[in-house]
Amino acid sequence: MLDETDRKIIQATQAGLPLTPQPYQAIAEQLGLTTDDVMMRMSAMQNSGIIRRIGAVPNHYKLGYRFNGMTVWNVPDETIDELGQKVGQLEFVSHCYHRPRHPTEWMYNLFAMVHGKSQQDVDQQIQQISDLLGDYNLGCDVLYSTKILKKTGFRTTARMQEVEQSMEQLPSSGKSKGTQPVTD
Amino acid sequence: MLTTLHKQLLNDYQRDFPLSARPYQDIADALGVTEADVLSAFTELNGNNFISRIGPVIPPNHIGVSALVAMSVPEQQLQAVADKISAYPEVNHNYEREHRLNLWFVIIASDAEHLRAVIDSIERETSYPAMLLPMLDDFFIDLGFKLDLNNA
Repeated sequence: MLDETDRKIIQATQAGLPLTPQPYQAIAEQLGLTTDDVMMRMSAMQNSGIIRRIGAVPNHYKLGYRFNGMTVWNVPDETIDELGQKVGQLEFVSHCYHRPRHPTEWMYNLFAMVHGKSQQDVDQQIQQISDLLGDYNLGCDVLYSTKILKKTGFRTTARMQEVEQSMEQLPSSGKSKGTQPVTD
Repeated sequence: MLTTLHKQLLNDYQRDFPLSARPYQDIADALGVTEADVLSAFTELNGNNFISRIGPVIPPNHIGVSALVAMSVPEQQLQAVADKISAYPEVNHNYEREHRLNLWFVIIASDAEHLRAVIDSIERETSYPAMLLPMLDDFFIDLGFKLDLNNA
């Protein structure tokens, strides 16, 4: 379980580790901890899965991946674990989630965000997922975003003081138009 | 223009950034460059917005609860409704998408009760029903996203 110190470490690192030779020491000093304590706690959080990874978070949009689609698929429930694992491993899929259906309005239970440098790339990726699912593909759709209406990273509000959340997300292009994935 | 070092940092350090006293020095040793080279390359990537940050990435729903929500809003009201929704501090992403369900946003709350309260409030305020799509399973196998940087 996370304690208050763990939460403070997550919060203090959400804007990014400082680009100075001893970044963990800088975080430690900011929080009144020792460098070893910060590193040990981060290591423990990584082992327990609270931290998925530590690394550079690329801005895919800025790097030329301007064509992003939220692909949604209807697959039989009994196959979703196996198929979801397979789709999630595709190198162009950045997120892959099982979400509930809402019959009859929304029958799609598998979500996969895909990213390409051209519409043609994305079309090929969608075809690849379709081929992978084969007969288990009972229907699909692709939702492109036309406008980013809000995109914020980590924040803390009084009501959310218990929430120290870093989204697994693709960063914003900083532009108001473009195709960006929805993540949660 | 991205240098070889920029590309190595982008593709090889999306994960496994060293958890050590001198992580940039460790990366420098692995790549055969200096710590100053690594620091300046990361600073350039950061300054040019090729990376948004270096740091820990936390999977969804490990801290707090979140849900993807979809709404169908008439086009002429979309911006006004979106503005109301975006005003909630609990709303993280908010996108217009090409679909009958044309407004998609993510709510992050401290717990299930808080999440429900925010959704109820949004439905009351906008008078449109919210379709809740919380994550049931995360299939993402995190190998890092392989970037094609040939033309970058």
